Amino acid sequence: MRQRLLWALVAMASLLLAACAQEEEQTTQPPPTAAATTPVPKLTGNVVIDGSSTVFPISEGVGEEFSKVQPGVKVVVGISGTGGGFKKFCNGETDISDASRPIKPSEVEACAKNGIEFIELPVAFDALSVVVHPSNNWVSCIKVEELKKMWEPAAQGVITRWNQVNPSWPDRPLRLYGAGTDSGTFDYFTEAIVGKEDASRGDYTASEDDNVLVQGVAGDPNALGYFGLAYYLENQNRLKALAIDGGKGCVEPTVENVNNGKYQPLSRPLFIYVNAKSAARPEVQAFVDFYLQNAKKIVPQVGYVPLPDEAYRLATERWQARKTGTLFQGVEPGLRIEDVMARER
Amino acid sequence: MREAPILAVLFLCALASVFTTIGIVVVLSEEAVGFFRQVSIVEFLTERRWTPLFVEKHFGVLPLLSATFLIALLALAVAVPVGLGAAIYLSEYASARVRGVLKPALEVLAGIPTVVYGYFALTFIAPQILRPLGQETAFSALSAALAMSIMLLPLVSSLSEDAMRAVPASLREAGYALGSSRLEVAVRVVLPAALSGVMAAVLLALARAVGETMIVTIAAGNIPNLSWNPLEAMQALPAYIVQVSLGDTPAGSLEYKTIFAVGLSLFACTLLLNVAAQWLLARFREVYE
Amino acid sequence: MAPGPLPGGVRVTAPILTQTPLGRRHVMRRRIAAAVAEALLRMAAMVGIAALVLLLTVVTRDGFHRLSWDFITSFPSRFPEQAGIRAALLGSIWVMALTTVIAVPLGIGAAIYLEEFAPRNWLTRIIETNINNLAGVPSIVYGLLGLALFVRAMELGRSILAGALTLALVVLPIIIVSGREGLRTVPPSIREAAMALGATRWQTVRHQVLPAALAPMMTGIILALSRAIGETAPLITIGALLFVPFDPRGPLDSFTVLPIQIFNWVSRPQPAFHEAAAAGIIVLLTVLLSMNAIAIAIRYWSERRRQW
Repeated sequence: MRQRLLWALVAMASLLLAACAQEEEQTTQPPPTAAATTPVPKLTGNVVIDGSSTVFPISEGVGEEFSKVQPGVKVVVGISGTGGGFKKFCNGETDISDASRPIKPSEVEACAKNGIEFIELPVAFDALSVVVHPSNNWVSCIKVEELKKMWEPAAQGVITRWNQVNPSWPDRPLRLYGAGTDSGTFDYFTEAIVGKEDASRGDYTASEDDNVLVQGVAGDPNALGYFGLAYYLENQNRLKALAIDGGKGCVEPTVENVNNGKYQPLSRPLFIYVNAKSAARPEVQAFVDFYLQNAKKIVPQVGYVPLPDEAYRLATERWQARKTGTLFQGVEPGLRIEDVMARER
Repeated sequence: MREAPILAVLFLCALASVFTTIGIVVVLSEEAVGFFRQVSIVEFLTERRWTPLFVEKHFGVLPLLSATFLIALLALAVAVPVGLGAAIYLSEYASARVRGVLKPALEVLAGIPTVVYGYFALTFIAPQILRPLGQETAFSALSAALAMSIMLLPLVSSLSEDAMRAVPASLREAGYALGSSRLEVAVRVVLPAALSGVMAAVLLALARAVGETMIVTIAAGNIPNLSWNPLEAMQALPAYIVQVSLGDTPAGSLEYKTIFAVGLSLFACTLLLNVAAQWLLARFREVYE
Repeated sequence: MAPGPLPGGVRVTAPILTQTPLGRRHVMRRRIAAAVAEALLRMAAMVGIAALVLLLTVVTRDGFHRLSWDFITSFPSRFPEQAGIRAALLGSIWVMALTTVIAVPLGIGAAIYLEEFAPRNWLTRIIETNINNLAGVPSIVYGLLGLALFVRAMELGRSILAGALTLALVVLPIIIVSGREGLRTVPPSIREAAMALGATRWQTVRHQVLPAALAPMMTGIILALSRAIGETAPLITIGALLFVPFDPRGPLDSFTVLPIQIFNWVSRPQPAFHEAAAAGIIVLLTVLLSMNAIAIAIRYWSERRRQW
């Protein structure tokens, strides 16, 4: 009797699995109009992408749209982190690596050791917004020097009140919220503001999930925090963003200012790195073509800022020429993408 | 002995766990050795700051260790009394019908994914319960500990209850015959008799609390902090491992190797706890049948 | 006047105790203490229930309106209103099925060996300590092991099989421990009777002990598997993906699972993603509750059939 029950369960389970395995159609949803690509032959194959969880939404969006145009190609995207992604990439386990920072020398070495060559392509801007509570009426534009004074390692335990940073500010406790220490955001902010990567005080509320930082700042009148622009834009009614004065006057954190390069030094480029060998496969080729053609449309849909058209043109040129090697490694924050890419000529 | 092959298969199954441990130790040691070549064990164990991801690097594991144990002990401080209380109630007082409802409900608690507990702590416990009590940050040891105690409740309660139910009725009846109340029998007769089982439950819960990953990652904090104030944010050992393995650190660097050194320390801690548990059990076990 | 009833309702009176004022007060105090204690203990049991209800309400209230057939059958999307958990749900089911097939025989086999056959020597003690230790290892360490062993050394890639093997290692110690507990509930007299009738040890186990222990073991197994279905960290580490726009076809396919999908949606800026995450949690909890219900049903059914 027990045996019969067991077999019944096994039969049911296999029926279930079989039924699931046979469903092939994706539910059709009203698609945003796909890019104007000329009709291409139906391709098959896999495109394996992994890396930064910051860049993930972009790759997900491109993968989503691409799957509608080329349903035979299986695009998959992971979130192992920029470092984890490069490790897999340099092991030859992925075709494309999402990265929120340029590749590091040790990673270039690891790739070279395994004979992996890569094509570095910037695809979007992520901007860091510096925000305070809406009731904060004493600062609307903050200088980079003031931010540095707040965030440098020497400030730990010492700079604890607003008026210590700028005497014209009130004598209120300074409560800081910022990126987790193992994120590209942290690396970038510290390099751009303090001048040295990873140089930061340690006594602040850190989180890798920017939503937590949003909650923190929105609930604390004495707070100041930094996180991705997308999170500010989604919560504008609860936060006040500060304009940044990088020496050339106050610049508001708007999509426009990021796009035209005025919002510095807190705009950082996001990259994809393509395995040169994989690039020879038609499905990967079609995918990266699609990526570069549609980034401008898809990137804003996920909360980031598209590059200027010229930058996309240069990236596409680089891609089509299959130029390997990195241009962005070690580049200081603040340089324009087009200038960096032009260096190659 | 026609049964020899069957025995061999079963023995191999048991050995699978040994292979797992060997595998873990090998994987962790391989990289940890590289770490310890660059950082002395003395610094690792005595330095009071853990800042491998900052520009000024210190490699003292104490802040992570203290946070892990603070959270675990706080969680047990809540889970053990409440769990024992529930266990006593279920085994000595409750009718079969009540038990039939309560026990499955507690088991459901055990099955809830730890991610959900973590978010419960972050979105409810911290802002609604601890904020009014003076917590200033979104993360804290106490927030994680409270969520963890709820998770541990079924473990402590069901294992203690099993231990108490295994105490023969004759012992209880002797107690009643001498005029003791139910409470007195429960606390003065049954509990001491079930002591080894209860202690095993507590130690198992402690080991689970020390190794629990997602709750501390989401709710306790992301920056190491050597402090005994439970309302402060601090980073526990497993949370650090998650942070670095899923983050931006390039693989193969010294910062990346810290994962393995930390993992090895955690493994050593739980091993010590378990050996202590075995020893305690052996000493206090009472046999009935 | 009874300080406490005996089973059967026999009341014992202690005339001396109640004939002096001091004695009466003493008895009163003990009764009050007993009543208070009982109330406290009942509260302790209720705390668990209250916590459960509170937890479920808080994490799911945002997600109910998002639940729909579309949600379950759609793939992930950058548009939160269109995102669905189809790939994650199927991935979770696939991984769980494979994990069960791998971990349960292995775990029960080990439990049988340790409980029924193992000699009480140093090797057995090492194995036992070892298993207890493994139960406390953080799950992400299993992820690191799985990455090195299954994904790289055995070249399984970031497939469902690699994920299932890794999770099997995570739940193995729990299954072994519950398996042993289950076997221990069978009284020795059953074993002795079988052997007195001439059965070998294995025959005893296979025909008498195992069927009797099945119910408590099943409970433990299902609880261990419910733990596995909620694991996030080890699977991300071995490379479980997040965006998977197709149904898995075989054990070597790429996959994603519910907790990873939920974990990611929660961290996106758009609030609509947070609602999707809450809906995802509801689905996950539903799967879990069903597994628990099956465990309870098996336990009930098996206890009814038990003949002692």
